[in-house]
Amino acid sequence: MHEVLPFIISKINYFIYIILMMLGMYGIFMKKNYMKKIIGLNILQTSIILFFISIGAKNNATLPILELQNDHDANVAIQAVNYINPLPHVLMLTAIVVAVATLGVALAMVIKIYKDYKTIEEDKILFQTAEDTIENE
Amino acid sequence: MGQQLPVIIIIVPLIASLVISFIGWRYKRFTFFLAITALFVCLISSVSLFGIVLNQGDMQYHMGGWMPPMGIEYKVDHLAVFMLVLISFLGFLTAVYSKKIVEKEMPDKVFLFWCLYLLLITGLLGIIVTGDLFNLFVLLEVASLTGYSLVAVGNKRATVAGFRYLIIGTIGACFYLLGVGYLYIATGTLNMGELAQLLPAIYESKTVITSFVFIFIGFAIKIALFPLHAWQPDAYTHAPSAVSIIISTAVAKTFIYALIRIIFSVYTINFIKTVLPVFNIICWIAAMAIIVGSVYAIVQDNLKRMLAYSSIANVGYIVLGIGLAASTSLGLTPVIMHLLNHAIIKSAMFMVACGFIYKFNLWNISDFTGLSRKMPYSALVLIIASLAMIGLPPGAGFVSKWYLILAVIDAGQYPFVAVIFISTLLMLVYFWRIIETMYIKPPNEPENKFDQQTPVEVQELPGSMLIPSVIMAALTFIIGLVWISGMLNPFLNTLNLNFGLGVIQ
Repeated sequence: MHEVLPFIISKINYFIYIILMMLGMYGIFMKKNYMKKIIGLNILQTSIILFFISIGAKNNATLPILELQNDHDANVAIQAVNYINPLPHVLMLTAIVVAVATLGVALAMVIKIYKDYKTIEEDKILFQTAEDTIENE
Repeated sequence: MGQQLPVIIIIVPLIASLVISFIGWRYKRFTFFLAITALFVCLISSVSLFGIVLNQGDMQYHMGGWMPPMGIEYKVDHLAVFMLVLISFLGFLTAVYSKKIVEKEMPDKVFLFWCLYLLLITGLLGIIVTGDLFNLFVLLEVASLTGYSLVAVGNKRATVAGFRYLIIGTIGACFYLLGVGYLYIATGTLNMGELAQLLPAIYESKTVITSFVFIFIGFAIKIALFPLHAWQPDAYTHAPSAVSIIISTAVAKTFIYALIRIIFSVYTINFIKTVLPVFNIICWIAAMAIIVGSVYAIVQDNLKRMLAYSSIANVGYIVLGIGLAASTSLGLTPVIMHLLNHAIIKSAMFMVACGFIYKFNLWNISDFTGLSRKMPYSALVLIIASLAMIGLPPGAGFVSKWYLILAVIDAGQYPFVAVIFISTLLMLVYFWRIIETMYIKPPNEPENKFDQQTPVEVQELPGSMLIPSVIMAALTFIIGLVWISGMLNPFLNTLNLNFGLGVIQ
């Protein structure tokens, strides 16, 4: 036990991301309500954003803004180890935009489904489509 | 000018789609003209890029002048340029075909359709030329999101199908993004060329192996590989006609291309050979996809649904080719052949299937009686495409099956020969049903029942829909002849050599 706990704490970001991802997957697969499915999908995407953000972090590092830029002291070498890695953050800005666009399209579809079927419960919709198929035949 | 072509191919449809979304509601007639011009520019640029790459070799374009690995690199090699020509050609011809059908099926949304359609083509062409993993993700999502919304435009079942496609497709994209994250942790770069140089030192690392698994599963969802195909039949069946043509051909093929690109350009063949001998498993999954897809296709009565299941089987053929690539001297040749052949044949078939729906609202094969006399040319196109698919020499399907069998024998995996033969027999069964219903069975209408000789009024599709499908049907056999003549063998050899695979003897 006294070895497991430090291991978990030292990699706490990865554990949280896995837990969140599984929560999201659970929501997508097990919930019948389409809105809840969308919420699950969003949790899944957020977990990946958390994962990316956390891999850019470093101990004892600061924001990636050069401190000595205006000091005419250009001889001081810039140490990469003093700054956190900004690239994953920038990537995640784009990923957030993609997630928002996905959410928008999904919500628009749910609105259209509600207009057509008067419900957003998956089992009721499947029941209605089955009835429609029988009527057509 | 030639140096700018990789970016022109993407910028032109992107800007055209923006312009359409701004002015389309006011100048409705202008939209189709603008869309078709943009697609034609894409086609011309792709063809001229093909010539440049054939003569001068690979081509790089650095976005905004930033050198990789800092900036985004666009890279066009032999495989990419082949796919560019294929996708822009399919996009152009499908657009010509779709004009009338879109005006009939969604009269008040025509300009929105063309806006999304051009965005879809932008995403697809971008996936092909990009040399950056994260840029690939963004363009993948551009193509997928427009695909979801285009599917959902149709009737009320299409919306549910589109929603399920969105949920499952987004899970696939998330898996891909996660795999990219693992690769980034391991190497600190996202550029494909640089990854291929950095990865060999750390092939054994568990991070790299996990990333491969994540990326493969992500793309397996996107290309509807057998156990993960649940979204595909509904989406293809209920989507509006124009959309089911482009989604079943261009979109599916581009995602397969992206999978090939990542396996062979980023991880390279050495990774598969030395660290993760996963190709055997992939072959068996593909064999299952071939059999299951064909069996499901037999029991369908809805023509579009049958074609959708047939697509699952054909994705199996392509993935089987990928799985064999490492252990045969043919390399990726069967894969490239079937990518082209299946795209052409399937688009001809979907064009005819959507034509039946456009003209008489006929969805089910059992209602097709007497169609050979009402729509003789469309019926003929469907027959030619089916024969090419089943494998009548010198049809396109015959060539790809022939090379696939050669590859299987070369690799010594004899069970797959049986799989290919069984699936051909099953194909014969489900395509013969269409031929029988259209040509042999007497029509159901009582006035025609006893009098087969009365001339039936011919009600063909309009020219703008008939000509593209006839071109596709002719191409199925022309392409077969081109493959057999060996005209493209030097091209295929260079393509295989780029990935370190074997050459055709």
